[in-house]
Amino acid sequence: MHAETDIHFRDAAAKALLDPQLRANFRRAMDGLIAKRRAQFPDPGDLQDLRHLSTAIRSRSLLNLPDLLEQFETNCTKNGIQVHWAETCEQANELILAILRSKGAKTLVKGKSMVSEEMHLNAFLESKGIEALESDLGEYIIQLDGETPSHIIMPAIHKNKDQIARQFSQKIKDAKYTEDVDELTAMARRVLRQKFLDADAGLSGVNFAVAETGTLCLVENEGNGRMSTHVPPLHIAVMGLEKVVATLEDVAPLYAILTRSATGQAVSTYFNLITGPRGEGEMDGPQEVHLVILDNGRSRMYADPQLRATLRCIRCGACMNHCPVYTRVGGHAYEAIYPGPIGKILTPQMEGVGARHDLIHGSSLCGACAEVCPVEIPIPEILVRLRREATHEDAGSNVVGRGTGRTATEDWAWRIWAGVLKRPIVYRLASWFATRFGRALPAGAPLIKNWTQTRSKPVPARRSLAERVRAEGVPHV
Amino acid sequence: MREVYFYGTCLVDLFFPDAGMAGIQLLQKAGVKVIFPEGQTCCGQPAFNCGYWEEARDVARTQVALFPRDLPVILPSGSCAGMMKVHYPELFHGQPDEAEVRAFSTRVFELTQFLVDVLDVKLTDLGEPVKVTWHSSCHAVRDLGLNGEPQALIDQLSNVERVPLTREHECCGFGGTFSVRQPEISGAMACDKAADAEATGASVVLSTDGGCLLNVHGTLEAKHSPLRVQHIAEFLWERTHAR
Amino acid sequence: MSEPRPASDSRSAILGRLRACGESGPLPSLDTAVLQRRQWPATERVARLRKGMEAVHTEFLDATPDTWPAVVRAFCDREGLKNLLFGPTSAAGRALLASWAPGGTQLMPYDRPVEAFKQELFTGVDAGFTGTVGGVAETGGLLLMPGPAEPRLMSLVPPIHLALLRASTIQDSFWSAVKNLGWGRSLPPNALLISGPSKTADIEQTLAYGVHGPKRLIVVLVDDLN
Repeated sequence: MHAETDIHFRDAAAKALLDPQLRANFRRAMDGLIAKRRAQFPDPGDLQDLRHLSTAIRSRSLLNLPDLLEQFETNCTKNGIQVHWAETCEQANELILAILRSKGAKTLVKGKSMVSEEMHLNAFLESKGIEALESDLGEYIIQLDGETPSHIIMPAIHKNKDQIARQFSQKIKDAKYTEDVDELTAMARRVLRQKFLDADAGLSGVNFAVAETGTLCLVENEGNGRMSTHVPPLHIAVMGLEKVVATLEDVAPLYAILTRSATGQAVSTYFNLITGPRGEGEMDGPQEVHLVILDNGRSRMYADPQLRATLRCIRCGACMNHCPVYTRVGGHAYEAIYPGPIGKILTPQMEGVGARHDLIHGSSLCGACAEVCPVEIPIPEILVRLRREATHEDAGSNVVGRGTGRTATEDWAWRIWAGVLKRPIVYRLASWFATRFGRALPAGAPLIKNWTQTRSKPVPARRSLAERVRAEGVPHV
Repeated sequence: MREVYFYGTCLVDLFFPDAGMAGIQLLQKAGVKVIFPEGQTCCGQPAFNCGYWEEARDVARTQVALFPRDLPVILPSGSCAGMMKVHYPELFHGQPDEAEVRAFSTRVFELTQFLVDVLDVKLTDLGEPVKVTWHSSCHAVRDLGLNGEPQALIDQLSNVERVPLTREHECCGFGGTFSVRQPEISGAMACDKAADAEATGASVVLSTDGGCLLNVHGTLEAKHSPLRVQHIAEFLWERTHAR
Repeated sequence: MSEPRPASDSRSAILGRLRACGESGPLPSLDTAVLQRRQWPATERVARLRKGMEAVHTEFLDATPDTWPAVVRAFCDREGLKNLLFGPTSAAGRALLASWAPGGTQLMPYDRPVEAFKQELFTGVDAGFTGTVGGVAETGGLLLMPGPAEPRLMSLVPPIHLALLRASTIQDSFWSAVKNLGWGRSLPPNALLISGPSKTADIEQTLAYGVHGPKRLIVVLVDDLN
């Protein structure tokens, strides 16, 4: 099973690597995002201070999570927001369906929400006869083609202008072919404004949830989030249970570091604070606001002191923008809702470390992700931990699929490895052989075959350092 | 006289012994007595990174035992130094010998770190004019916290022009077992690194890590590039000692 | 597939699992020095806000406490706007109405529930006019508190949004605004920050303005610092 799944990501990645257009699209986009982020943090001291503060705020929130969630729920309820809890995606989908049906809603416009992607909400609702339309431009573009997001912030980043131009001219009524970005944007505007006007309900994610005031915070640039949450008579929000923080003051630095880390913007166009449905005397806003709080494995991550750090994530995407693997293979190769470094630690914890053993090993552990993470999630450390979980069944572990990535071959390989290296005399013998005969190993030998796909065969020196040291008289005690 | 231990690392032992010898000689030239304990094998990083911690600990324990005296332990590798300095405390967390290992970890230095930060060496360049480029190993910088020491040493050499890579801090794609578990991605990264190095117009790529060197060398050699790779210790020694 | 559990059971199951992780340990302290450092004198706050917002295509009209209604009117005439949506019960709305000469751009009150004129709002309104409760100097941005007097969609649906900003109300940062406006304690059903016209970079990272919301944001900046 392990061997099979290992090939999984390898194959998808290998295929992506052969697409020069895709590689160029991603490299150009990531280079741009890296440069824009860097420009937002001219002072390295300020950046580190802001990261430490953001990390501390997220850590504090998680330490108090059950209390904060209850306080948040109480305040939401007081504000007229109806709170629902779902342990699984299936439950969350059913809850949303029930809410929509209770209002006779047939059409739903969606602001961008990765949690709704996690739930496969669109497909679920379509199967129940409800239209779920993405309104974030990037999400709209990929929904037209039945694709999934290739980046958590910029879902259509894998597509270029020509592809979008062709797609719009074929799929949007009365659309002419144009590669002009302003004209393409205007076409989407025309279609979607009518949808906002007609929709029975709107759905959004939540970037931050404020316990003290019972507020949902939404970060966006396009205005489709505001349209989805303020125009239709019914607003449904979905959030992972980790999103709650104590106060709006806590949100301020997180918001500041989120937009800077994500897209290199000092601030987003809109920061929308929703603290209730249409209030007394208000002329607009939804009559009802519902919030679905989703677990889907998060409480399990929460229980592990090291893996809990995964839940600090504020979904900025900086880790993928800076990842040398993501940059080369793009988001779809991961075959996961969340791609890139954060996806490599999140997906296996949700779907099982054995089943996604491929992802856990799809990293050189270079650490570029952790270096830029605004909340200092030690992604390489967690990857190493999950590699262990995949092949071991440690007492006290609650990781899904622990031990199921284990193979006799790998077990034996490491046993032999340790057997040689913990016995200097055996190592000395092995290195003698390697230096004398290593060059004779065929380039097609197992493992060496993989190395030599793009490289010359590694050739050991004729004498090891230890031999040289003995021969040349360095004191060796 | 100042004394230090030298830890060769497995990759230097088998593939770059000249770099190991050069490291020892650079230290000796700086007036340091170098002790090279017998019985050195590997720091244990490959098994640690793959989650086989019992095996990694078994090996690491035998290595820690080779350095009983309270002397600095110098490694010609940022990655292995990072393993011993930063990851040994994690690996031995909760083990009976944790305190002993932690004490050992505080004594670990990467070679250029020791030459610059502790010995403050001054180098005199005896070589011909040459253009080089520097590849910073990810673990040296991000795990160990190397902060420009190798570059500072290169820049002391009057006849050496250092041309930076476009992406000096991007991974070369080695990543230990990653290079054979994900050969396509690893290979793509290595090819990009090689192309970046070639574009600098340098004749040598320098680095402080055997893994990166092996990877970039193999990639350049496969495409018959005239560009050479060299461990920084070997390069520094070649240019500063009278033959 | 099993029947989903009732939601109330999910709630207690989830909270139970989280609580089972034991007492929360010592809370890390928060060092907010990096936020406190973001302070500027009043005139610099105005300049910073302007620079930040102009960088994302916000336009500015300079005005004084006395001239701003005339400045708004002149803008509407210049642009040939057919109408301007406003909140008739807000202070700014009343001032605007009092000074508005007949003819030209029509002042259009937002005085009915949206259900009564949704179609018109989406297709028949040229511009919306709102006040603000402050601005943010650090990054540029306006702070709005929509409500009965200034409905939410005034600043969203019409293609042009005119916003009245008094220079004296510009805060250092969003963080200081939250503290000074008391937003941390209680909030109306909707409050928001706006830094420019609606935009997207979803097609090849190319910036395009006016994707779903207003295509133009015009700040009527009232110099009331002296």
